[in-house]
Amino acid sequence: MKLLILLVVILGVIAIIQLAKVNELSAALRKRREEDISYSDNKMNANLMLVFMFAFYISVIYLYLAYGDYLPPSASAHGVQTDTLMTINIILITVVFLIVQTLLFYFAYKYYYREDRKALFFAHDNKLELYWTVVPSIVLAFIIIYGLKTWNDITDEASEDALTIEIYAKQFDWTARYSGDNGQFGHSDYNLITTANPLGVVTNEGIIEKMAEIETEIADLENYLKSESDRMPASKVEATEDKIQRLKRHKRRVMDLRDYDSGGVSAFEAGKDDKIVKGEFHIPIGKEVEFVFRSRDVTHSAYMPHFRAQMNTSPGMATRLKMTPTITTDSMRTVLNNPNFNYVLLCNKVCGAAHFNMQIAVVVDSETDYAKWLSEQKVFLAPNPDETNEDMKEMETENIQNPVTASTDPTK
Amino acid sequence: MAGHSHHHQESFISKYIFSQDHKMISKQFLVTAIFMGIVAVLLSVLFRLQLGWDGESFAFLNVILGDKWAPEGILDRNAYLALVTIHGTIMVFFVLTGGLSGTFANLLIPLQIGARDMASGFLNMLSYWFFLVSSVIMIASLFVEGGAASGGWTVYPPLSALPQAMPGSGVGMTLWLVSMTLFVVSSLLGGLNYIVTIVNLRTVGMKMTRLPLTIWALLVTAILGVLSFPVLVSAVVLLIMDRTMGTAFFLSDIFINNEPLDVTGGSPVLFLHLFWFLGHPEVYIVLLPALGISSEIISTNSRKPIFGYRAMVASILAIGFLSFIVWGHHMYITGMSPFLGSVFVFTTLLIAIPSAVKAFNYLTTLWKGNIRHTPAMLFSIGLVSTFVTGGLTGIILADSALDINVHDTYFVVAHFHIVMGMSAIFGMFAGIYHWFPKMYGRMMNTKLGYVHFWTTFVCAYGVFFPMHFVGMAGSPRRYYSYSEFDFLDWVMDLNPIISVFAIVGALAQVFFLFNFFWSLRNGQKAVQNPWKSNTLEWTTPVEHIHGNWNGPIPEVHRWAYDYSNPEYELDFVPQTFPMKPGEEHH
Repeated sequence: MKLLILLVVILGVIAIIQLAKVNELSAALRKRREEDISYSDNKMNANLMLVFMFAFYISVIYLYLAYGDYLPPSASAHGVQTDTLMTINIILITVVFLIVQTLLFYFAYKYYYREDRKALFFAHDNKLELYWTVVPSIVLAFIIIYGLKTWNDITDEASEDALTIEIYAKQFDWTARYSGDNGQFGHSDYNLITTANPLGVVTNEGIIEKMAEIETEIADLENYLKSESDRMPASKVEATEDKIQRLKRHKRRVMDLRDYDSGGVSAFEAGKDDKIVKGEFHIPIGKEVEFVFRSRDVTHSAYMPHFRAQMNTSPGMATRLKMTPTITTDSMRTVLNNPNFNYVLLCNKVCGAAHFNMQIAVVVDSETDYAKWLSEQKVFLAPNPDETNEDMKEMETENIQNPVTASTDPTK
Repeated sequence: MAGHSHHHQESFISKYIFSQDHKMISKQFLVTAIFMGIVAVLLSVLFRLQLGWDGESFAFLNVILGDKWAPEGILDRNAYLALVTIHGTIMVFFVLTGGLSGTFANLLIPLQIGARDMASGFLNMLSYWFFLVSSVIMIASLFVEGGAASGGWTVYPPLSALPQAMPGSGVGMTLWLVSMTLFVVSSLLGGLNYIVTIVNLRTVGMKMTRLPLTIWALLVTAILGVLSFPVLVSAVVLLIMDRTMGTAFFLSDIFINNEPLDVTGGSPVLFLHLFWFLGHPEVYIVLLPALGISSEIISTNSRKPIFGYRAMVASILAIGFLSFIVWGHHMYITGMSPFLGSVFVFTTLLIAIPSAVKAFNYLTTLWKGNIRHTPAMLFSIGLVSTFVTGGLTGIILADSALDINVHDTYFVVAHFHIVMGMSAIFGMFAGIYHWFPKMYGRMMNTKLGYVHFWTTFVCAYGVFFPMHFVGMAGSPRRYYSYSEFDFLDWVMDLNPIISVFAIVGALAQVFFLFNFFWSLRNGQKAVQNPWKSNTLEWTTPVEHIHGNWNGPIPEVHRWAYDYSNPEYELDFVPQTFPMKPGEEHH
């Protein structure tokens, strides 16, 4: 089958070349100058302009009819506004599109070259030019004002009682974090990321574990270097030494983590009851949700087409977006008559090989369903005080200047 | 300058290879750009196969690309991203910037302003050689371990800064950065030369207000390039430092490959600001020469003065100026301050005004004209059509509230391919058909030109118009496959259709290539002024000579657009023709 296609392509190319040769020969025989466009050629192209125009319009109308309902109705409050603005814009540009294209193709059709005619010498007309500077300006002023009003509504600060959810991106999946019962998110730091703690939520336990892990790794590598360095190529020795240096800097950064008080809960405590979910996350209908986006590795973009919402997320900076969901997943399934439908949050900034499948399902629940779902989610870390205190003491004695012990730093 | 009329003997090398003659350099740019264009089109055919027939196995892919990039005849995911990236890079920079400006600025500036050559022939030669070397490096990057750069032509860090993030961010990315740096050097050498030449070397009587619009467009293009390309270099150099010297201009708090990186404090958004400070003027660097070319061709072939010459000049200047203060519209959803976003909405939509003026002036030029449908004219009409279609969707994208939902979707792909890609390439084709007799002393075949235009025009819309709908339905760009999202299934039947148009459109370029290369040797011998045009280039002899004119450079007495002037019997009055007593300037 594929060979057949290839064959057709090759034959096509040969045919084109042969055709061209025949054409060239016949032109040479006729002794016509290439620049003298014959009446019939001018007429043919003029006619083709009209033919193209109609074919184009028919295709465009078909596309509008078949694909004009680009997405299901907006499932967020601001999305309704966006859709209205979009509809107005589309109508406006479609009208201008039709007028200008029609004039263009019609003029190209009507005024084709004829020997006995002379073109109208019409070099400028200030009135006309003023007219088509001013009219677009007025239309654009309307678009700008309406657009910016919508934009300001969408990007306004989230209200005080909005539900905050952190969306965390990495190659190639999304994780959602809820603040848990204390209503506060634990501080997070990329230096504390482990398999068990993919978001790097800062806890005393996490710091201790990480310190221990790094120290073991350094010790292992140093021993390895001591015993094996004679038998290793110089490049490998250097790489291992580099690795040790990197680990030492990593340890330094972990030691630099400072606890601070954020409204009654220590930053090292606040994360313990956070809830971390994968695969899908839930939001309650009718409640304003503020998303805080963070990324671990490269820039991603959290795109939720059904909510008309999107925001980039880059490492080292948090970005924010608010919206109020208005249609539950169940209702949308009924509306679309599709029991498998799910809202999605997908990645829309190229981020690597599996970029095309970086997604998490979004479920809009009723208030009660949401509360039920949330209560079923596991808490990030069940506290285990005894172990912690002992380890902490150990660390304090080890690192006298460890800033972890200088616990409150309100400036951080 | 009389000595120039003697034809001194030259070796093959100084005539064809290290030539300092602007006409030869122009041809060198053109042929290199055609080669790069072929590569970029072929790359797009490869990834359109994947997009049109997801998961389908094409045995020949395995034959061309091997087991690593197309195992079992299915394009690899990383290879897909590399193809998309290099397609974009080559098209934007090598074909539509280097190719378009390099060819026509070199050819037309000295010839249309009445100069013997560029201000500095040597810099001009260097400009081409930097361009060639950067082209070679970019092509070479396709063949390195790990493949070519794959983070999209915008190469946003951290993806492009971290070799661990994807295979294409290794050696391929390094070569990309080296190639772009050389490219910018080429661009600056060329641009400075164009500006100096236009400002200083105009012939007697060639006032700025009598310059053909091609020259105005090329002048503003060169100024944009000279002011914005250095900013790209700074971004590129900082990125090179982040990649190799452990700096953190664009990186912060990164955990990748099971290890936290040392770097903190940088910002990826800084790169976007630097990149788009070039990136947006770049759109007009691509587009303005095409608009200049089409203005010239539409006026000549309508046998009618370009309508509103001064308004056309003013809109070129306005577009040039505004293009520097709109870059933020690429960044509405980066987390940039919403207030800053609204400023960019305002400036961006302002650009629609000079653009609208241009479109209406084109229409009025056609109105009651006497239109010769030469292939160049057809492509210019096509350009006006795509410029309008693509420009209008820009209104939606400029509106930040609407951009949220179509940002980085196929809607954007449709928009910029139509307004920038198609318009600029149509301008380039128009220019080639129109000035081929000036470049090579022979005519291209008109009939083949017709077939080329109509197939290309139909395929261009066939490929890019349906993409608007694919995009509005929520399909992100740079996706290898859309099979993971049920909600997109219903628009996916457009993808095979788009791919068929893309393949046929690519094949249609054979008409052009054949016509071009066949006509080099076998085309009809050109006469001095085949299109009965007013501009100075048609007063030079058909056979190229050093210094362009035998004897003194002609003087200019009028503007370039005295077509069908009722005071004259002929329907054109060359710029060198003295004014009648009492005749008014336009």
